[in-house]
Amino acid sequence: MSITRETVEQAARLARLTVAEEDKDRLAGELSAILGFVEQLDAINTDDVEPLTSVVGATARMRKDAVNAGDYPERVLANAPDRVTDFYAVPKVVE
Amino acid sequence: MSELNRLTIAEAQKGMAEGKFSSVELTQSCVDAMQARADLGAYITPTPDAALEAAAEADKKRASGDEGALLGIPLGIKDLFCTEGVQTTAASRILQGFKPTYESTVTSNLLRDGAVFLGKLNLDEFAMGSSNTTSYYGNVVNPWQSSDKPDMALVPGGSSGGSASAVAARLCLGATGTDTGGSIRQPAAFCGITGLKPTYGRCSRWGVVAFASSLDQAGPMARSVEDCGIMLGSMAGYDPMDTTSVDTAVPDYTAELGAGVKGLKIGIPREYRVEGMPEEVEKLWMETADQLRDQGAEIIDISLPHTHSALPAYYIVAPAEASSNLARYDGVRYGYRADAPEGLPEFSSLEEMYATTRGEGFGQEVQRRIMIGAYVLSAGFYDAYYNKARRVRSLIARDFTEAFGQVDAILTPTTPSPAFGITEEPSGVEMYMNDVFTVPASMAGIPGISVPVGLSKDGLPLGVQLLGKPFEEVGLLRVAQAVENAAGFTATPQLMA
Amino acid sequence: MAQTIKGQTGEWEIVIGMEVHAQVLSESKLFSGASTTFGKAPNHNVALVDAALPGMLPVLNEECVRQAVRSGLGIKAEINLYSVFDRKNYFYADLPQGYQISQLYHPIVGEGELTIDMEDGESRVIGIERIHLEQDAGKSIHDQDPHRSFIDLNRTGVALMEIVSKPDLRGGDEASAYMTKLRSILRYLGTCDGNMEQGSMRADVNVSVRPVGSTELGTRTETKNVNSVRFIRQTVEYEARRQVEVLESGGTVVQETRLYDPAKGETRSMRSKEEAHDYRYFPDPDLLPLQLDQAFVDAIASDIPELPDEKRARFEAEYGLSTYDAGVLVAEKETGDFFEAVAKGRDAKLAANWVMGELFGALNKAGVELANSPVSADALGGLIEAIASDTISGRTAKDVFATMFETGKSADTIIDEQGLKQISDEGSIEAALDEIIAANPAQVEKAKENPKLKGWFVGQVMKATGGQANPGVVNKLINQKLG
Ligand SMILES: [Mg+2]
Ligand SMILES: [Zn+2]
Repeated sequence: MSITRETVEQAARLARLTVAEEDKDRLAGELSAILGFVEQLDAINTDDVEPLTSVVGATARMRKDAVNAGDYPERVLANAPDRVTDFYAVPKVVE
Repeated sequence: MSELNRLTIAEAQKGMAEGKFSSVELTQSCVDAMQARADLGAYITPTPDAALEAAAEADKKRASGDEGALLGIPLGIKDLFCTEGVQTTAASRILQGFKPTYESTVTSNLLRDGAVFLGKLNLDEFAMGSSNTTSYYGNVVNPWQSSDKPDMALVPGGSSGGSASAVAARLCLGATGTDTGGSIRQPAAFCGITGLKPTYGRCSRWGVVAFASSLDQAGPMARSVEDCGIMLGSMAGYDPMDTTSVDTAVPDYTAELGAGVKGLKIGIPREYRVEGMPEEVEKLWMETADQLRDQGAEIIDISLPHTHSALPAYYIVAPAEASSNLARYDGVRYGYRADAPEGLPEFSSLEEMYATTRGEGFGQEVQRRIMIGAYVLSAGFYDAYYNKARRVRSLIARDFTEAFGQVDAILTPTTPSPAFGITEEPSGVEMYMNDVFTVPASMAGIPGISVPVGLSKDGLPLGVQLLGKPFEEVGLLRVAQAVENAAGFTATPQLMA
Repeated sequence: MAQTIKGQTGEWEIVIGMEVHAQVLSESKLFSGASTTFGKAPNHNVALVDAALPGMLPVLNEECVRQAVRSGLGIKAEINLYSVFDRKNYFYADLPQGYQISQLYHPIVGEGELTIDMEDGESRVIGIERIHLEQDAGKSIHDQDPHRSFIDLNRTGVALMEIVSKPDLRGGDEASAYMTKLRSILRYLGTCDGNMEQGSMRADVNVSVRPVGSTELGTRTETKNVNSVRFIRQTVEYEARRQVEVLESGGTVVQETRLYDPAKGETRSMRSKEEAHDYRYFPDPDLLPLQLDQAFVDAIASDIPELPDEKRARFEAEYGLSTYDAGVLVAEKETGDFFEAVAKGRDAKLAANWVMGELFGALNKAGVELANSPVSADALGGLIEAIASDTISGRTAKDVFATMFETGKSADTIIDEQGLKQISDEGSIEAALDEIIAANPAQVEKAKENPKLKGWFVGQVMKATGGQANPGVVNKLINQKLG
């Protein structure tokens, strides 16, 4: 699978990454090389093989329904780059 | 007292127990060493003052009869573990200045047992790399030098390159690492130290900055097998906050050390003989096998047929998980937020703030992997890539299950080559080949340990890797120590403090 | 509005499927120990994992799983013992992780059904595709600052059940009846408080139209987060009309996400948010697959309360109520319980009439919830006993009820205080009647000729007894004496 500039742009948009114009061709080449490498898996027969979900062969552990976290806005907001009272602040969201 | 920093953890414990020196003296020697070898770039955030305070505290505790397993032992912490009140960066600009309000479970466990933290160790950005050249906070230098090109700075391996370099250069007695595809074992091999990746689920991932959740595992890096066992005993354990951590008791990992390998079956997987592997790597591998045979082990040729599928499958699974795990770094709640464009008071939209912050905050390798991850999960490709890789992962796991029906442990080289120059770093997929021997065990979730066994023709350390059954680290350490004893690796790096 | 709509070119069928997000009733969030309480100060009900701080991990809340299973059993659905949590990846200000943990490939609840009850007494069975568990998002506040939005994560990570219907609904009435019934069932089960104003239940309404007789589905639009039964009806009606107009004027319906504007009663396109939806779902590697054992499900099943359909059938059989009356009384669990408390050991039909008539009317007028009714079930029962025992007449009872509603006093007290006890004793009524007959011989003659004039005597007796004579007894005696 060869990655085009457009695919790079699309992946960058999905991942919310600003990619400079001059980097797009380079990235297209690099991503193509990686995809080319991983595509050797096509040669492996995986019919009748279940995808591995976790190497831990166990079921999800559940916790009791109890309130034992929260009510510590300072711990949550301590590192906020922009904060107004107890809110995080971000550039205006256009709905 | 000037060389206390060169002791192993076990030796230091003994010395302090016997009252030969204090933790403050031991810690001071490490702090001095860190300053003397700051040029290695091993630490992103050294915390000498806090370390000396903690050491004094440890001495007080010892005086009052406390005997924590790591009481007063100075350790370095990979900067992927969140440490309360101490900047935690994952070697990324995007977490610059981030001071967690919480302590990771693994570091909490170490603190519980009395360990002293010297600071936060450098790594590849978000643990993505095998050379520690992707850190926003600069490259880490390997303290070893090639006899062929002594002026060339070598990579320490990665991603736990700061940890490996610091342990090898005697800037700490031991260090925490994390291993996603070889990030403990490969740098351990490059730096001539011992590094253990435990079974997935053995150490809690809570509070460890995530790279690839189904693969990430914390483990110890130290200068002996015994030290790794001591550290793992403290780091490991069931954590209700990480539901992928496994609820089994933590044994004494040093219990079987010295028991030898008599009667054990050691597998040599034929698929690990790869094309272009230097002869010296193969030679040390076979010598190690011979030594184990001499000690009474049975050496058995085995096959792990899907070995070569592990790396390509890894480069689907890991980026896919990473692309999602790293979505949270958006400049809203912590870490770096980009400035609005030149001349504008603010961003025109939230979208623009995200993309600019992430574009500036993540380095190139991280961006590449995020994009690959987004691509392989995107509509129409999910089955072809991600599910295919998960199926292959099942096959890899099955290979190991079958092999462990025949053998007690598997012996392989850790890396196909010794450390290379920072300027000679291979690029792209070639670089990924560094992890070809370590990735299969990661994909299967089984434990693996790298032990230094000799030097290359240029005088650089080489390691072998031992792989064991899930949750049987006790036995794995026992075999590893037999290898360690037989190899008698005593060489030290040129840039040691 | 009916199931169809008449256009210029012919008749169109309105096809609706709904995705209802219902907030799970639990103390703490789906994957964290933060409280789910509504209305706390910003970012107070937030655990470290809810703010997606580095290295934080989700831990599944057992009660949320139980609630989803309970809801599944309430709609007679298949419970999937094996389910998996997936990540739905997208960026949004109030989605801290950059993904929502949801269940795409293996939901916890499979196919079920729900019977809707229409006003004309008809019932229809609507297919339900699935219920899955997922995280709610936070809240963005846009009107506090000219340049910035504020983010509050209190709701982030609260458990939601997404209940997905099949495209079995036809027209606005059915769509709103579906929501009403679903809400009723969840409230009976105690799995969701059904508080739509607070957003505890909201619907994505998928609407399409097709010519009557066609079996192919038309292109649908999805109107997001409609949060009242009335708005659901309006959404369907507006969208159906709009789509028919588009199609009849030769256009095509665009598959898109729309927003309902309650002020205008319209829907409008949300194309801004529409770009490149590619959620890149994959199983959340932080959470192992959820494997329930049958015993877990059985224990929940053994504890499911009587649900509205069963209760209605029982009310019909046990109390002899009409289907309609029973339906009204069971719609809310509280109403059904209230009614039963009133009816227990009393005249059930009388109880039903009084609950639905006088009581509901008074509550409605006063704008008071049943839970806060000034007349308790016991008190209303007392009034009904007074009627049934002929202590007061039905007419007097209405006055007594009004006083009860106003003062909170019991019927007996009011009857005593105001001396309203009905006179049923034939002797005293006869004495009064005899006196009137004796004093009005001319009237007696006239009444004997024309029985319609007997009414005059009834009035006189009531007047003489201060309105307390039992009208039945009065009539009987007049008929005896004036033949
Ligand atoms: Mg929807
Ligand atoms: Zn949903």
